[in-house]
Amino acid sequence: MKKYFPVKLSLFETLLMKKAPVVRAVDGVSFKIREREIFGLVGESGCGKTTTGRCILRLIEPTDGRIIFKGEDITHLPMEEMKKYRRKMQIIFQDPYGSLNPRMSVYDIIAEPIHLQKITDNPDEIIEMVRKALEEMDMVPPDEFLYRFPHELSGGQRQRVAIARAFVLEPEFIVADEPVSMLDASIRSEVLNLMLRLIEKTGCAFLYITHDIALARYVCDRIAVMYLGKIVEQAPAEDLIKNPAHPYTEALLAAVPVPDPTARRTEVVIKGEVPSPINLPPGCRFHPRCPYARDKCRREEPKLVSVGPEHYVACHYPLR
Amino acid sequence: MEPLLKVEDLKMYYETLRGFVKAVDDVSFEVRRGETLGLAGESGCGKTSVALTILRLLPSNGRVLGGKVIFDGENLLEMSDEEFRRKVRWKRISVIFQGAMNALLPVKRIGDQIAEPIILHERVSKEEALERAGKLLDLVGVGAERLDRYPHELSGGMKQRTMIAMALACNPDLIIADEPTTALDVITQAQVLRAIDELRHKLNLSMILISHDLATIADTCDRVAIMYAGKIVEYGDIVSVFKHTLHPYSQKLIAAFPSILGEKRPLSTIHGFPPDLLNPPPGCRFHPRCPYASERCRREEPKLVEARKEHYVACHLVGG
Repeated sequence: MKKYFPVKLSLFETLLMKKAPVVRAVDGVSFKIREREIFGLVGESGCGKTTTGRCILRLIEPTDGRIIFKGEDITHLPMEEMKKYRRKMQIIFQDPYGSLNPRMSVYDIIAEPIHLQKITDNPDEIIEMVRKALEEMDMVPPDEFLYRFPHELSGGQRQRVAIARAFVLEPEFIVADEPVSMLDASIRSEVLNLMLRLIEKTGCAFLYITHDIALARYVCDRIAVMYLGKIVEQAPAEDLIKNPAHPYTEALLAAVPVPDPTARRTEVVIKGEVPSPINLPPGCRFHPRCPYARDKCRREEPKLVSVGPEHYVACHYPLR
Repeated sequence: MEPLLKVEDLKMYYETLRGFVKAVDDVSFEVRRGETLGLAGESGCGKTSVALTILRLLPSNGRVLGGKVIFDGENLLEMSDEEFRRKVRWKRISVIFQGAMNALLPVKRIGDQIAEPIILHERVSKEEALERAGKLLDLVGVGAERLDRYPHELSGGMKQRTMIAMALACNPDLIIADEPTTALDVITQAQVLRAIDELRHKLNLSMILISHDLATIADTCDRVAIMYAGKIVEYGDIVSVFKHTLHPYSQKLIAAFPSILGEKRPLSTIHGFPPDLLNPPPGCRFHPRCPYASERCRREEPKLVEARKEHYVACHLVGG
């Protein structure tokens, strides 16, 4: 018996620049996130991973495609009705300096979704919920933090507040866009572990958006790699790291620095930089930089095909 | 052979209305000819302050309270500003700053920006300086044909390469690279680091690589100094420091970095956060966060001692 969680989309996202040229930020992306699953969306800046995350929550309206949440198509729901889904779907942003209102106290920040969703009017209940949310993020005793303002907190503490706010309504799905990439390593792993503990405890499904494939390996159950608006490979995390099938994934892994000076590394560093998403190369979007590109790659766009259990790749000549 | 740069007991505090911020406190290290020394640590540990002190680019409230910076036999701290500007800065020691996007002047062609220090330091004609600028752009892989581009016409990686060309303009002996790749995507980062490394060998340069990213340090440096709260806690040969890590802080910090190689292991965390350098804790500055701290650590400050060959550590637990 299986019940698939319900975020499914296939988008053709066009952000208009006046009339013509369009930036195809997200171009035909489909994936499913299961219940209790942590799904990683990995790619370099400009690959469309953030746009995808925001489209799912309809913070940006997709140009085309469908978003299905728990079996229900929410792509075209009017905003009033969307509001009831907002309770179940939350987002954590990258920058804890930008995402917290500097004029609101920690209490106000975390209580805001409770007010907006009209969960309760009882002040005692609200403060109890806020306290509990802070405790979950190891901000103890919570009363010490309730009436502080963001500028009185360190970066790590701010991000804990942002996470506490996302979890306070016990959502079923959270989009986290680089939730720890602004934090220092020693702080980062602690915040990450607290977040993972909460995910485990609440059983919520999680879309983890990041540029850091090494970190994604630690966090995610499955990972999808994006390049220029498309998913080029998707697989269970360990399988993707150990047996990449797409040349871009291979290049990405080869470029990641490793905290071990004796590690033997592959010396392939691909040339060039990501082309503009306005003038996309024909055929496979990666072909101008691909060391293995052949004629077919220049002409024909590859489809996402299966190369192993739950392992999909969009390449004419996969590496495995 | 005499090291190229020797920093001895350097002490630099920032004077503020609330007292002195002890940003660099009795820091000693050396940079040998032709080597890359990594200066690692988290934000606020003083690594950039060390660089600014060597380059004499401190803000007006920075006070050098002691120590020597011996470069090629001369104490840089005793030179007059004028002498330092004329003889050392950019001519013998140059710097690659972190944000290439912000470090280049947006209203000037990149060729002119590279030529500027050459004209200032070497009294050559503009034509000759531009010709050399073109050669430098070829060398770093931007290409001489881009001499009269403006910074906004270049990608992030190209801009960072231009910064490298600029740092090389006067054939310096030492380059200080402060987080040279932090703002770049992984693949571009690998390309830029590769370019720096090749040039360094070709021109027999010495380099100080400042980074919070221990993985990048492990990939590029010959030796490393790890800083915590204004002090060097561990220092020495890169393999020895990473493979036989002695200081509890370095151990935890290294283990906090995810790796794509080997088996998946949990990421280590360091509870708490770095101290306020206005009032650093007495004794060892790491003791409030150290799981092994004893009474002695709270009272007495550990000295940096040679615990293994070419490997120094400041911890009471190691070597007395």
